[in-house]
Amino acid sequence: MKKIFVCVAFLSIAVVAKAQQDSATKSAPNKPFIQNPPLQLPNFGEIHGNFQFDAQYYRVDSLINAPKVPEKILSNGFLNLTYTKDKFYAGLRYESFLNPLQGYPSGFKGSGVPHRYAGYIADDFEVTVGNFYEQFGSGTIFRAYEEKNLGIDNSLDGLRVRFRPVKGIYLKGFVARQRSFFALGPGIVRGADIDFSVNEIFTKLENSNLRYTFGGGFISKYQPDNDPIYILPENVGAFAGRAGIQYKKVTLSGEYAYKINDPSADNKFIYKEGTAISINAGYATKGLGISVAAKRIDNMSFRSDRAASRTDLTLSFLPAATKQHTYMLPSFYPYATQPNGELGIQGEITYTFKKGSLVGGRYGTTITANYASVWGLDTTQVADQKVGYTAKFLSPGKLYFEDKNIEITKKITSKLKAGYTFMHLVYNKDVVQGVPGFGIVYAYINVLDVSYKLAKNNTVRTELQHMRTKQDMGSWAAGLIEYTIAPKYFIAVLDQFNYGNSESKKQIHYVVAQAGYLKNTLRIAGGYGKQREGIICVGGVCRNVPASNGFTLSITSSF
Amino acid sequence: MNRYKTLLALSLSLLLGNANAQINRPVPAIDLKNTAGITVNTAAITNNGKPIIIDFWATWCKPCVLELNTINDVYADWQKETGVKIIAVSTDDARNLAKVAPFVAGKAWEFDILLDPNGDFKRAMNVNNIPHTFLLNGNGEIVWQHASYEPGDEDHLYELVKKVAKGEKIEE
Repeated sequence: MKKIFVCVAFLSIAVVAKAQQDSATKSAPNKPFIQNPPLQLPNFGEIHGNFQFDAQYYRVDSLINAPKVPEKILSNGFLNLTYTKDKFYAGLRYESFLNPLQGYPSGFKGSGVPHRYAGYIADDFEVTVGNFYEQFGSGTIFRAYEEKNLGIDNSLDGLRVRFRPVKGIYLKGFVARQRSFFALGPGIVRGADIDFSVNEIFTKLENSNLRYTFGGGFISKYQPDNDPIYILPENVGAFAGRAGIQYKKVTLSGEYAYKINDPSADNKFIYKEGTAISINAGYATKGLGISVAAKRIDNMSFRSDRAASRTDLTLSFLPAATKQHTYMLPSFYPYATQPNGELGIQGEITYTFKKGSLVGGRYGTTITANYASVWGLDTTQVADQKVGYTAKFLSPGKLYFEDKNIEITKKITSKLKAGYTFMHLVYNKDVVQGVPGFGIVYAYINVLDVSYKLAKNNTVRTELQHMRTKQDMGSWAAGLIEYTIAPKYFIAVLDQFNYGNSESKKQIHYVVAQAGYLKNTLRIAGGYGKQREGIICVGGVCRNVPASNGFTLSITSSF
Repeated sequence: MNRYKTLLALSLSLLLGNANAQINRPVPAIDLKNTAGITVNTAAITNNGKPIIIDFWATWCKPCVLELNTINDVYADWQKETGVKIIAVSTDDARNLAKVAPFVAGKAWEFDILLDPNGDFKRAMNVNNIPHTFLLNGNGEIVWQHASYEPGDEDHLYELVKKVAKGEKIEE
């Protein structure tokens, strides 16, 4: 009851605050000095926030395999409120999933205030109680984060302290339990991390061309062993060490992570330790950027609940070391890290041909080429369940994924811009989506993206895309046309056509029309059409988003 | 009943404070690293009394890259005329973080880059989706913000930058 009371009070404050702000601006637009008497009113702090609402009306469509939705309308929404006053801060988030949109974890069903916090921040010291997000190093052993649009929120609920004893040394530690939808997971998580920025510590080195950073973190989770048969470790520890060095234009960084044996649903309850190694190198000078990376992961899934699956209660964050594609057809077959074991390499080069050069033309031309390859580990099964398997260190096993792509973008005239992408993909659907029997998908994809400025604020943009493949659902063609009137309106129509499907009745046009209104931070968009079945992969896990047919509405705002 | 009265009084006082502060909204204090690995506190961002643009983006975000490409072409002129500084805050997570500096260099962008890999600054600024642009006046206070990008938005942004550079108020 008390909880609700506080929430309602908080909400009403914010709503009235927004109204007041609007009326203040409207009533006295040209009298800033009357509107703004900072010396006469005491400062009671500030409230800000943001809001998002997504709803969809679902129609039955057996042809595209859109499941029947008994509720007909599903929606996700949230409102964040943050309060700050000098060194004090507090906030909360109201979330509502009535019921969650298709493709989101059904555990979200319901509404409430699963996120609330307060804290105090001084120059060298900060304390937070309640919900918080945190990450150690690159997140290999620990990352608590949110991706609202992907239905991920594994925040911690507990107590966190950050401390900076001297400039350049950063310490943090916490004890907490992890959020699981509208409740908390069964485990208790403890963690500590230290980061040294050498050039900040020694003022002599402040402007040195050579820069060093290093650090390390430790995580321990406790979960009681209630298993009638197995003796499971109740406390599982993991640590990660990292180091980085930069000399002028060249950077080199690496991270090593180790986890003691952690039998879990992910590794089929073997008592094997986990390891992860990653190395990144980069070169950056104006007009040219190169990055290369290598990564090895072995039994590194880490959650605060050993029985959890999907995207639930993850501690380790193991993103795919591959390019993140966002065009419709290139994002058709996304890769997801295999936490139980993989070996991967990636390289990317971006080069801009200067304005006035032969290739650069009048406005310059940019080329990005990217290559990524991921294999399974070369493993041998061992009968002893304590070990599970052995894996060779640098010997690639089965190919999981390969992506070769090149993107050229060019401004041709002051009004005309064009981009072209080619991509060749090898996708082990059995492994990545965990659906044995499909085999390997080989795909060749072309995308042409052209935009033309008709008038100062009116632009028309088109995308033409094609994916050639003999496997899976066969070839696809896609097109998009978008018309924008800055800064307030947009309208778009897109079509994805599965013309290569071997079943002729499945050679379907997935047509969607969308329109939207924008004003400062307010965005209202509506759409209607058929959406194909898709895959969303995040942090090493893929989720299926079923096909749908119907209306969508989306509202976002921040203040 | 007294409890409600106290709450009402508290709400009102918060409101007055808020309405007052709304006009001079400061940037929240978050420690971020730049691409050289140096820690920068976002509350301490300054530009010698000239306007500042804070733009949230990511390497994988097409509209963000389009916006920053477009502005990069005219950035030298903007700087010459108004002294504006652009801080492009990359929200790329560990997947793409190591690629940010080479990406920015390869595009020949001239912006200051800050890294926000776990979204701490993004959350503190109440950003829903990217791109999201904030305009700060010479005192480092937020005077305007805008979500999403459509070609032509940069012209409007620059009109506002010029106003702020002259010390005029933004009324929208």
